[in-house]
Amino acid sequence: MAHRHEVIVVGAGGAGLTAALYAAKEGADVAVVSKLYPTRSHTGAAQGGIGAALGNVEEDHWEWHMFDTVKGGDYLTDQDAAEVFAKEVIEAVIELEHMGLPFDRLPNGKIAQRRFGGHTKEWGKAPVHRAAHAADRTGHMILQTLYQQCVKHNITFYNEFHVTDVIIEDGVAKGLVALELATGELHLFEAKAIVIASGGFGRIYKVTSNAYTLTGDLQAILYRKGLPLEDMEFYQFHPTGLYPLGILLTEGARGEGGILRNALGERFMERYAPTIKDLAPRDLVSRAMYLEVREGRGCGPKKDHVLLDLTHLPPEVIEKKLPDITEFSRIYLGVDPLKEPVPVMPTAHYAMGGIPTTLWGQVIKDEKNTVVPGLYAAGEAACVSLHGANRLGTNSLGDLVVFGRRAGIHAARFARDADYHELTEEHLGESRERIERIKNSTGKEKVAALRAELQQSMMDNASVFRTGELLQKQVEILKELMDRYKRISIDDKGDAYNTELVEALELGYLLEVSEALVHSALNRTESRGAHAREDYPERDDENWLKHTLAYKVEDGKVCFRYKPVVLGRFEPKPRTY
Amino acid sequence: MQVTLKVLRFDPAKDKKPRWETYQVEAEPWDRVLDLLHKVKWYQDGSLAFRRSCGHGICGSDAMLINGKNRLACKTLVRDLGNVITVEPIRGLPVEKDLIVDMEPFFAAYRAVKPYLINDEPPPQRERLQSPEERERFDQGTKCILCASCTTSCPVFWVNGTYIGPAAIVQAHRFIFDSRDRGKRERFQVLGSGGGVWRCRTAYNCTEACPRDIPVTQLIEEVKRAILMDRF
Repeated sequence: MAHRHEVIVVGAGGAGLTAALYAAKEGADVAVVSKLYPTRSHTGAAQGGIGAALGNVEEDHWEWHMFDTVKGGDYLTDQDAAEVFAKEVIEAVIELEHMGLPFDRLPNGKIAQRRFGGHTKEWGKAPVHRAAHAADRTGHMILQTLYQQCVKHNITFYNEFHVTDVIIEDGVAKGLVALELATGELHLFEAKAIVIASGGFGRIYKVTSNAYTLTGDLQAILYRKGLPLEDMEFYQFHPTGLYPLGILLTEGARGEGGILRNALGERFMERYAPTIKDLAPRDLVSRAMYLEVREGRGCGPKKDHVLLDLTHLPPEVIEKKLPDITEFSRIYLGVDPLKEPVPVMPTAHYAMGGIPTTLWGQVIKDEKNTVVPGLYAAGEAACVSLHGANRLGTNSLGDLVVFGRRAGIHAARFARDADYHELTEEHLGESRERIERIKNSTGKEKVAALRAELQQSMMDNASVFRTGELLQKQVEILKELMDRYKRISIDDKGDAYNTELVEALELGYLLEVSEALVHSALNRTESRGAHAREDYPERDDENWLKHTLAYKVEDGKVCFRYKPVVLGRFEPKPRTY
Repeated sequence: MQVTLKVLRFDPAKDKKPRWETYQVEAEPWDRVLDLLHKVKWYQDGSLAFRRSCGHGICGSDAMLINGKNRLACKTLVRDLGNVITVEPIRGLPVEKDLIVDMEPFFAAYRAVKPYLINDEPPPQRERLQSPEERERFDQGTKCILCASCTTSCPVFWVNGTYIGPAAIVQAHRFIFDSRDRGKRERFQVLGSGGGVWRCRTAYNCTEACPRDIPVTQLIEEVKRAILMDRF
């Protein structure tokens, strides 16, 4: 079946819904293609808040927010992106409020704000109240509010459609192919402009806060087509994953006064970040936790985790401001945070890297910023690069609305002067072939077993701490897994709701993004932000103050180009907190 | 421990009516029912179909009838169920395959109550002000994840598909009691009509089923009162 819309957005999380809304406001005919029902998207899992210098609780300035973002990104952040972001996120938060978002309120009726990791006043002097929040379900409220607006504006949705191909010919984006889950039918979508907002890929790791569905589909599809992925070596581990499941416990818990402790009961962050302690950025805290465990100060019978202590906080603060994480701890661990500390360990959380874009979300294909006409990306799938080598807490939600909006507006304006491209059944060919191959295969390899090997090996060889030796080992493992992937077979040969087929396709995407990540990490011989090489422990601005663009040559073979970092207001300095 | 997992399965391409399949699964007391379903799908029978996404109770994908009660598979632990566990699709919506139901009627009811802020007054430069007390007034409804546990546990919804159901009323409540909203009357037209709140017989199934602990029946009663008050 064929469909036609001026602007087609892939993904119905915060970035996708924002892009769709603003493209519609620009007058475009918009449709959203999503592999989930929109309200199932993982933006809904974001908890703590959305950072903006509203200054509702205390003095704050967008320049401070910009500085924190650049420093938090270990100076790999493009400063033009950080400036646009820190300014525009203020009006974006106000706009969300006008759309009806139920932010928590201060006694004077303004939006309430809390402290968060890496967000400071006066250029790093002390933590600042910047994260606007709705209890510990801010992402849930953003997702619900944006979807409500889409319902109001009658946006067209194709729910439970899995994109299997992006059609790019003569350097121009022309449309999409998607598998309808309900029927197994392949659909052809013609578009004047496409916005990719399909989220991240935490499922490459065994322990992750990410949904089962976050498998980097669109990153992998473009990468296979020869488009680059930017800064894939920078992957964030959130310090407080509920041990051992990896379910997210918001940094807002530390913003409200929570403390990390080791087996000796020590507040160990005092040693790693003397000024802002437990509210240091996530890369620092995650490494500190790993080091505590490695040096024998871990908790529990296996000494393999640390504790998040909230017991000194007033019970009403925990119940009112952190209700969801309190419930997670009670349900999944049987631990009541009011009475005892909660076991935590870092959990794979967020890809700083992704599809490279301009400040307006246009996808670029090289270090000269050459645009792919008609193709846009926003949110975690994209890399503008706002987050540089390490994202600050709350800046993901801000990123979604600021750059989702820019991508939506630009895509709609581009579509105004563009024509549709005639697509034919032939364009379904590649997708059909790939699906038939999996369905008809009699190979002995199984998706679940292969995926488990991938996730465990990525955890062992390419997570918080890295070495050249382990990364090289992982390069070889990935090559072998990709080879075995060609021999997978599935039980379900049916058409309707073939979720086993979907998982098989997703495993292919996971392998591709893992390849880009591991090769980029092996290539970058320095430590910066979330990329910590034990064999190259120092940041090396002379050689590595630049963005990686990874291009796939063939399975197991990747080549690199480099894009300069956009500097400006803030000179790179040693990063201490 | 060994768990006997009984799943009500249905494949429209092969089955005339649903059939029970029984699986033996090795499990830990701390495993989620979702983990058991995954163990079956990944290592015993790949054709088993169900929805899931976040895996920790916030996306609303995996509401199922588990040991006779509507719950989220990712928020229900084996230790609370024992070693025989039955799983069926939620009731009152057409079954598409195994545990997957057609959610469209559910979302149509959601859309019918105009689930968005209605206020045409030009907004101020900054945020609209709202006191913490005004914000608290509609807090319960904001927790809703649209999982359909409440609506598909409602006996009125089972027998009368035109009833918009508890979830849609909870969504309406969230706006009716928001001090910034001006769309009360528009919603009352839908809520006060034949398929609206008066169908509710206060069975409390919805309240018991809600995985977010929303006092659903109470919110429905508040909407009923608001409609009555509005008439006088």
